[in-house]
Amino acid sequence: MTRVDEIGIGGLGASRRRVEDARFIRGCGNYTDDIKLPGMLHMEVLRSPVAHARIKSIDTSAAWAIPGVRLVLTGEMAAQRNLAWMPTLSYDTQAVLATDKVRFQGQEVACVVADDPYTAKDGCEAIVVEYEQLPAIVNPTQALAPDAPLIRDDKEGQTDNVCYRWEVGDKAGTDRAFARADKVTRLKLHYPRSHPSPIECCGSIANYDPATGKLTVYMTSQAPHIIRAAVALVAELPEHLIRIVSPDIGGGFGNKVPVYPGYVCSILCSILLGKPVKWTEDKSGNLISTGFARDMYFDGELALREDGRILALRFHADTDQGAFFSDAQPSKFKIGLVHSAFACYDIPVGHITARGAYTNKAPGGVAYRCSFRVTEAMFFQERIIAAAAADLGMDPAEFRRVNLVRDDQFPYRTPFGFLTDSGQYRRCLDLGLDAIGYEDFLKDKEEARLRGRRLGIGISTMTEPLGAGNSREYDILGIKMFDSAELRVHPTGKAILRTGAKSQGQGHETTWAQIVSHELGIPAADVVVEEGDTDTAPFGMGTYASRSTPVAGAAVSMVSRKIRAKARKLAAHLLEVSEEDVEWELGRFFVRSAPNRGVTIQECAMAAYGNMPDGLEPGLENNAYYDPPNLTWPFACYLVIVEVDPETGVWDVLRVVAVDDCGVRINPMIVEGQITGGLTEAYAMSNMQFMTFDAEGNCVGSNYLDYLLPTAWETPGFELHEVVTPCPHHPIGAKGVGECAAVGGPAAFVNAVLDALSDTGVRNIDMPLLPDRVWEAITTGRDVSGAPPVKT
Amino acid sequence: MYPARFRYEAPRSLDEALALLAEHGDEAKVLAGGQSLIPMVKLRFASPELLVDINNVPGLGYHREAASGVLEIGALCRHVDLEFSDVLGDLRPTMAAAAPLIADPIVRNRGTLVGSLCHADPQGDWASVMLALDGEVVAVSAAGRRVIPVTEFVTGPFQNALRPGELAVEARVPVPRGVPLGRYLKLERRVGDFATVGVAVAVETSDGTVTRAGIALTGVGANNIKAVDAERVLVGSTLDRATIAESARLAAEAAKPRTDHRGSEAYKRHVVRTFVERALHPRPAVAA
Repeated sequence: MTRVDEIGIGGLGASRRRVEDARFIRGCGNYTDDIKLPGMLHMEVLRSPVAHARIKSIDTSAAWAIPGVRLVLTGEMAAQRNLAWMPTLSYDTQAVLATDKVRFQGQEVACVVADDPYTAKDGCEAIVVEYEQLPAIVNPTQALAPDAPLIRDDKEGQTDNVCYRWEVGDKAGTDRAFARADKVTRLKLHYPRSHPSPIECCGSIANYDPATGKLTVYMTSQAPHIIRAAVALVAELPEHLIRIVSPDIGGGFGNKVPVYPGYVCSILCSILLGKPVKWTEDKSGNLISTGFARDMYFDGELALREDGRILALRFHADTDQGAFFSDAQPSKFKIGLVHSAFACYDIPVGHITARGAYTNKAPGGVAYRCSFRVTEAMFFQERIIAAAAADLGMDPAEFRRVNLVRDDQFPYRTPFGFLTDSGQYRRCLDLGLDAIGYEDFLKDKEEARLRGRRLGIGISTMTEPLGAGNSREYDILGIKMFDSAELRVHPTGKAILRTGAKSQGQGHETTWAQIVSHELGIPAADVVVEEGDTDTAPFGMGTYASRSTPVAGAAVSMVSRKIRAKARKLAAHLLEVSEEDVEWELGRFFVRSAPNRGVTIQECAMAAYGNMPDGLEPGLENNAYYDPPNLTWPFACYLVIVEVDPETGVWDVLRVVAVDDCGVRINPMIVEGQITGGLTEAYAMSNMQFMTFDAEGNCVGSNYLDYLLPTAWETPGFELHEVVTPCPHHPIGAKGVGECAAVGGPAAFVNAVLDALSDTGVRNIDMPLLPDRVWEAITTGRDVSGAPPVKT
Repeated sequence: MYPARFRYEAPRSLDEALALLAEHGDEAKVLAGGQSLIPMVKLRFASPELLVDINNVPGLGYHREAASGVLEIGALCRHVDLEFSDVLGDLRPTMAAAAPLIADPIVRNRGTLVGSLCHADPQGDWASVMLALDGEVVAVSAAGRRVIPVTEFVTGPFQNALRPGELAVEARVPVPRGVPLGRYLKLERRVGDFATVGVAVAVETSDGTVTRAGIALTGVGANNIKAVDAERVLVGSTLDRATIAESARLAAEAAKPRTDHRGSEAYKRHVVRTFVERALHPRPAVAA
């Protein structure tokens, strides 16, 4: 009997090719817009052209008169169904269709349903809306000014534009630590607004069947079960008569977590018309109206001792939330997990305050490839760490080495209450420094400077909390953040696995099968994975915040183990020994005293349906719900070398080295793909990708000519390295990884450019480091702020 | 992205195309590469009643050197044809430098030089190249044929000198008389981005002395700008450092940039100056 080779069957650690790619790269995916139902009508949304205005009147008569127009829906009509407003995931309210005012450019004002999308668009153009324009508020400074016009006059008791206030930490202890500091480093910066911009825009097809009362919605959602619960609660429809289906999704990046007015309108229109109604958002609609990210202002300090130890930290953060507080984040903390900042450093005490401001922009605060404000937190962390090292005259790598949490300190409690549980921080840093040739580079840099060339190196090290989350602290609409898996092993040993997560490109169909393979020894190719249909998938909370592997992936392990436990009983029966005498090796049970006598997992599967012992119920199917005991804490070290052209401010990336410790890697190829994607977005943020608004609140980035995403041409090459510290509480030792590079990467690029400018006295240039900002910094020797309303 | 209703015609001959244009005048739009027109129609920034697709008109895809030495570029010659052209050779270095910098490969596969001139986007690259080279556009209509210098062809942002019923069938570039020196430098944040600043330089020398100079600027004004003063100081010089610096200064002075999300006014002016110097010096100054 030859042993089953785990890599050979596509188990844990196999760089198995992605099974979903066979259909994606041939154009055979099944996206929401590919679905066509008989009798389907088309909906188009009319959006506000202005950022802040009172609606004086809406005349829809010309739209109704167009042949082929079936319905013109306004906020007033939605209000009759109590649906002009809806609750957000952050306990605010958001307009579905504007009734009183429009509060951002691109806000939904009306929608038209017609026989085809052309006619629906014609209908939108025929609607006449009379606006009385109000002053637009485009940043927190304006919003929080004493005489600022009130944006949310719809909210009872709201007298200013403050959206929330929040505080954490030990203020008195922090103040004491600052009082005895040898040096204090201060840094102010703005993390600009960006848009996740998945290639596929949002869309839905709502199909209300008047005969059965059943509502089926095909839609672009990262979390279909949450949507079902939300629809049941908001529209007051019976949950068992709602079916949400997320078919293939062309990228999410957090953008497809929130509930958008377009979804709600398509549902309402379908109910009103008794016909399927499709809404497909266009690119401009997606860019100007759906969940933005970041847009956060930091002002903070580190208290330093002469020998390089950090004694304390404190910062204040203002967030620009847009017109509605609709952060799709499940933590109890108003500002997400921003207080995970500095978790990789051994700092005894700290204090954080935060405040959100309503502005006349689209709702912000989605977790764009990150866990709820962690990207901003880690960026500020690594920028002020670099500034502090410079202030102390210390090498930035050495400064980090002095302050990083040591391996023997785990489990380590941060001053804000997080528990980091594992890691080899110094080893990752040293591996990175070694890979990039740090000492040699420092010499090259000095020599190049003598010849007029500006080279620079940037480092970023961080740990971040991934995989929300445990039921103590995380929920959405009161539903805890567990996840689930259901495994059905068929008589011939093939299987179907369903989970409550929902892949948007992460490769669940490939990796989930690998976990089953690892636990049961069934070849991964024999396991089909299905997600996204609430009628068939077990209840789960969806895919975002790098939570799939930490939570749903753990559930896959656990359900596989339940199956194995039952298979053991079947094996004992087949082998005619007691269960205690049965041993397991991958894919096979055998008699402990006679290892050659064994049965395969496939033979057990057949027995489950045809030869079960007395008293054992038939079948080999089960499910598991997993409530993670803690978040997972991957660590990463990123290093970037750049050259800055001092005449134009253009900078080129010469090298990028990444060391990621995400615990055990299920599919190394997919992990590397995630890191490559994350680093690409990190480069994008630092170099070009940001969303600007003019003083009137017009969104300047409504298209891909003005909102820039890098192509393969600009994107530098990445050198990837790994360290493996298994997660102590995850069944297979895995940690989240999808967002690490996007979170930790940007600071490495920015630190590198500022290092190239180290002789100029410039301490900060806000992202993105556009050529004109870099040139301005070089020529003036002053910091360059990108805070809006921006000139450039 | 659903356009308003329009009629579509795809004539199979030049005469047929001209007849359609004569009949419909202003209401008709010519579709060649479509890389600007189609997005504008889909976004409903333009809602023409009739699209006259000239892609089936035979004999417009050429670019060739006429017996006179003049370079002739047909209305259906794609950017990609110029990018991989054997015709441009060493004689047309400015064009050879610009062709691979037009937009991105997908746009270059479909888009046309003549269409780009007609579209007259001030951020378009070809108009600067043609201004620097003193190019011309040949327009035909049912009434006849005329040749329009590029300096007169582009009349404003997104405006050209074509009369209703006229079709631009060809662009023409004169023969270089001396040793050509030419470059096109473009600062873009990403492939396919419009130029933050573009500088086209086309100089001809004879025995080391400049006999003809062309300098034109992209993205720094309401139109592509021909920097005539900057050109003038070069003629008769030996491209010495001081003259180059003076020309670069004058080019920056001719620029009329506006601050926007691609860069500040001062920055764009500075880049014009830097690019003119770099285009005329074979090596960047910092390497000295």
